[in-house]
Amino acid sequence: MGAHDRPEATAKAKGGLAWLERWLPKMVLAPTFVMMLVFIYGYIIWTAVLSMTNSRFLPSYDFVGLLQFEKLFENDRWLVACTNLGIFGGLFILVCLALGVTLAILLDQKIRQEGAIRTVYLYPMALSFIVTGTAWKWMLNPGLGLEKVVRDLGFESFSFDWIVDPDMAIYTLVIAAVWQSSGFVMAMFLAGLRGIDNSIIQAAQIDGATLPKIYRRIILPSLRPVFFSAFIILSHIAIKSFDLVAAMTGGGPGYSTDLPATFMYAHSFTRSQIGLGAASAMLMLGGVLAILIPYLYSELRGSRNG
Amino acid sequence: MVNQTAQSSMNWSRINRGLIYAVLLTAALFYLLPLVVMVLTSFKTMDDIRSGNLISWPTEFVFDAWSKAWSSACTGIRCEGVEGYFWNSVQIVVPAVLISTFLGALNGYVFTKWKFRGSELFFGLLLFGCFIPFQVVLLPMAQTLGLLGLANTTAGLVFVHIVYGMAFTTLFFRNFYINIPGELVKAAQLDGAGFFTIFWRILLPISGPIIVVTIIWQTTQIWNDFLFGVVYGSGDTQPITVALNNLVNTSTGVKEYNVHMAAAIIAGLPTLLVYVLAGKYFVRGLTAGSVKG
Repeated sequence: MGAHDRPEATAKAKGGLAWLERWLPKMVLAPTFVMMLVFIYGYIIWTAVLSMTNSRFLPSYDFVGLLQFEKLFENDRWLVACTNLGIFGGLFILVCLALGVTLAILLDQKIRQEGAIRTVYLYPMALSFIVTGTAWKWMLNPGLGLEKVVRDLGFESFSFDWIVDPDMAIYTLVIAAVWQSSGFVMAMFLAGLRGIDNSIIQAAQIDGATLPKIYRRIILPSLRPVFFSAFIILSHIAIKSFDLVAAMTGGGPGYSTDLPATFMYAHSFTRSQIGLGAASAMLMLGGVLAILIPYLYSELRGSRNG
Repeated sequence: MVNQTAQSSMNWSRINRGLIYAVLLTAALFYLLPLVVMVLTSFKTMDDIRSGNLISWPTEFVFDAWSKAWSSACTGIRCEGVEGYFWNSVQIVVPAVLISTFLGALNGYVFTKWKFRGSELFFGLLLFGCFIPFQVVLLPMAQTLGLLGLANTTAGLVFVHIVYGMAFTTLFFRNFYINIPGELVKAAQLDGAGFFTIFWRILLPISGPIIVVTIIWQTTQIWNDFLFGVVYGSGDTQPITVALNNLVNTSTGVKEYNVHMAAAIIAGLPTLLVYVLAGKYFVRGLTAGSVKG
């Protein structure tokens, strides 16, 4: 029939199809490619451009060089935000790692009801920082919160008002953030522990090594990759922290619990300092890259060797 | 002699196990406390809250705070409860999750089964999208949404969540499909199956587990989002996280803690349910996302 009569037409149609088949995968990826170029890389460049202008309420394109960055480093509020990030991030990461690895090791000792306990440790991760922040704000409420619980127990003079104390409020953020994320770190370490080859441990036991020694010499060192991944994830959470502060302290008292993320939001969207906000966003990106690039570098090198 | 040592080491191990359980249970209390406090507070009256303390049992269980939180509490200037915002979040989550998951599946399929020169580099560049602090795209996106007429709309928020969720969904599907033998695709090609036939007939039917993981990950991420919601939503279109924050932090007059707690539970309930019903997949999603996120 038709196709048999005109072989060259079939070939042409087939050629068209083959062309389509060859280009189809690229066409399917094309929208993602364009979106990525525009919304990730294009926007980063756009923000970089804004950070070098004197944009205030509306973006303007009068270039002022690095003036906004200079202003940033003379801005007391920004310096407080960065110091806070250091305190908050450092403690948050340290406590999460310590708690996570401890709980994972304990939970790995053939515990009854392990599944139920794991469930309890991990559920905060499912909640948004706004919800958990609201809960912790209430528990830390001076007068009605934990302070009152302890006073009702008979310790009349007990006082716990960190959340309204400019010097201590930042530590209340650490408590809530640790509560939210440490269960997840525990889960990562537990997965790491379960992945360790048992025969190595048995061999060490036969050689007469004690359990603490086995942990120190064999198990903990082999968890190194988990430590690294957890560190990356936690530092990422810390740098992005915005909702927890919004819900718990709103950056206050004063701006004592400001973090770079809340600084950026405040200046860009409520204080009409778009140029300054953009500059702070660029520095946040710089912070993430400073942690990420060495990590990716070592990961890629590792996989090439392996 | 031998017996004695065995005996003492037995005692030691018993003490040790006791200690281990004590530590684990104390930790469990620490994790449970806020939830218990939230639930107890939400069923109390304000008088009960003032006279009792956080962990005291309600003198009487009342549901007033719940109904008020749902339908009449003031979030900012409006006093219609969080109900409308709850449905806003649903309207944002459902399309954003479905579309980003579907696109992620297609992308993952191409990245693993139809590699071309430069596709690995493209994937690496896309992956970077999982890492960026969103502050670095906030301002340009605000401008763009304004230009497109999508500022302060639900569609705008759906769009933003699709754009910035795609790196994750692509990563999930790519890591799943890479373990599926290429021979399967080659054999289907020899049988004359085309690009989309292979996707629909061969890959999608075996993608159940990763689809579940991706949907759970995206649902919790988007439901829990606050940053995009507070920047790109306003008034009527705000998601529930923003409404909850307004309720708790801008209410004037007497702070009704019972209402705050009820609203917080309402805002957390969907993701909590996801966690309870699909805990296994939730953890898998977390760890899968954590590899690069």
